[in-house]
Amino acid sequence: MDKPDPKRDHKPASEPFSGSAGKQPSQPRRTPPGIVMKDHRRQLENVSRRLFFRQGLSLGALTMLTGCNLQDDTAVDRALWAMSRWNDRVQAFLFDPHRLAPTFRLDDITDPFPFNAFYAEDSVPDIDLSDYRLTVSGRVDNKAAWRLEDLRRLPQAAQITQHICIEGWSAIGQWSGVPLGLFLQRIGADLTANYVGFKCADRYYSSIDMPSALHPQTILALDFRNDPLPLKYGSPVKLRIPTKLGFKNPKHIVEIFVTNDYPGGYWEDQGYNWFSGL
Amino acid sequence: MQRENRWSGRTAHPGVIRVTHWINVFAMVCMVMSGMGIYNAHPILPFRFPEAVTLGGWLGGSTVWHFAVMWLLIGNGLAYLLFGSASGYLRARLLKVGPRDVLRDLRQALAFRLQHQSGDYNAIQKLMYLGALLLGVLMVASGLALWKPVQFHWLTTLFGGFATTRVVHFAGMAGLLGFVFIHVAMVAIVPRTLLSMSVGTSIFDKKKEPGRDGQA
Repeated sequence: MDKPDPKRDHKPASEPFSGSAGKQPSQPRRTPPGIVMKDHRRQLENVSRRLFFRQGLSLGALTMLTGCNLQDDTAVDRALWAMSRWNDRVQAFLFDPHRLAPTFRLDDITDPFPFNAFYAEDSVPDIDLSDYRLTVSGRVDNKAAWRLEDLRRLPQAAQITQHICIEGWSAIGQWSGVPLGLFLQRIGADLTANYVGFKCADRYYSSIDMPSALHPQTILALDFRNDPLPLKYGSPVKLRIPTKLGFKNPKHIVEIFVTNDYPGGYWEDQGYNWFSGL
Repeated sequence: MQRENRWSGRTAHPGVIRVTHWINVFAMVCMVMSGMGIYNAHPILPFRFPEAVTLGGWLGGSTVWHFAVMWLLIGNGLAYLLFGSASGYLRARLLKVGPRDVLRDLRQALAFRLQHQSGDYNAIQKLMYLGALLLGVLMVASGLALWKPVQFHWLTTLFGGFATTRVVHFAGMAGLLGFVFIHVAMVAIVPRTLLSMSVGTSIFDKKKEPGRDGQA
């Protein structure tokens, strides 16, 4: 039957949304269906306007969220940190210890390879190579320090891989040096420990998970393009780990330690995701 | 079959569609704003986005936002697709579109004569919404290729390498923004659609087919 039900035609549109319900004629009207729509247009517009307004409010709430930057102790910041730790676990799960990063040809190498650090290029630390010692600490059996010549006497591995920066740029470079897994075995490291940490001559520091440390392409790089690492690329020793973002490749390493206590990192402590696997 | 058309001709969207739509609005806004923050760290075009439209305040904040909200975006998108395909909603509303309908509706649209019929999308609408869904899939795939270019290097290679994948990811975002612009403009022209996507009221259904919704 075509008879419009007054309750259903008038109430739902006017009652919850419009304050003008009292002004509406209260008696049921017998209007053909085509005209009812027109009668309600004003109210419907009110409803739409309110919905737009409500969305405007939630957009306003979003602009308050934009202030959440991991630097404060707000509830949203804490939730973001928790999500980042959750992402650490997901990435550790996704990490395949046997999957190799793609390798490239000699003429793919980016020239000049970009310099990047938390300081300008003229502030690169000047390190006396003859005095240089790499110290090891933490859960290792043999804590003797290593000279550069000692490191060069260990088996070396070379790679041409892509360095991917969290900023979005990428560059292909060639590195060679001591596989970190082999080095960790030589110093009698506890390979069941959770973390390998790095301390650098420029006050930089970082840390990686043990499975990534033992990946075959993770090396203590001594050379860049067949020459000893120049200062700007991390002389005398840098970590080259093509399965992680660029900032997880610390330069000017002076100490390596093995630990079960989360060591964090220079950027990681400020909010960069810790695992940052590729 | 009767059940197949359960969703066609009804103005009110089912609750799952309405909820996932608005969650998606929030997630997409967060992803676009944090994505613009990440873009600003190393722009691929000769401009940066104003800081006011970015999310996170700095590169670290933007990345953590991006990688947090992506779970909401993906979970919500999966819920939408699962419900949409299992219930027949997607088939009834979006997937029945032939080249002849497209040509007819395109001609009408160009003459500004294409009518909006609630509950029954015209061919242009179907194409727009399907296109937006495909762009969403492209964004997730290219995003995965950027997030895990070693673990999923076949995917990154498929997109043409890391640098090219960034361009694809950016272009997909621009395409989605284009969709949103048209979509919101259409809603402004036909504001009652905001009702059917929000409160899901069925007051319009009865005008067209009084026999529906248990009304005699």
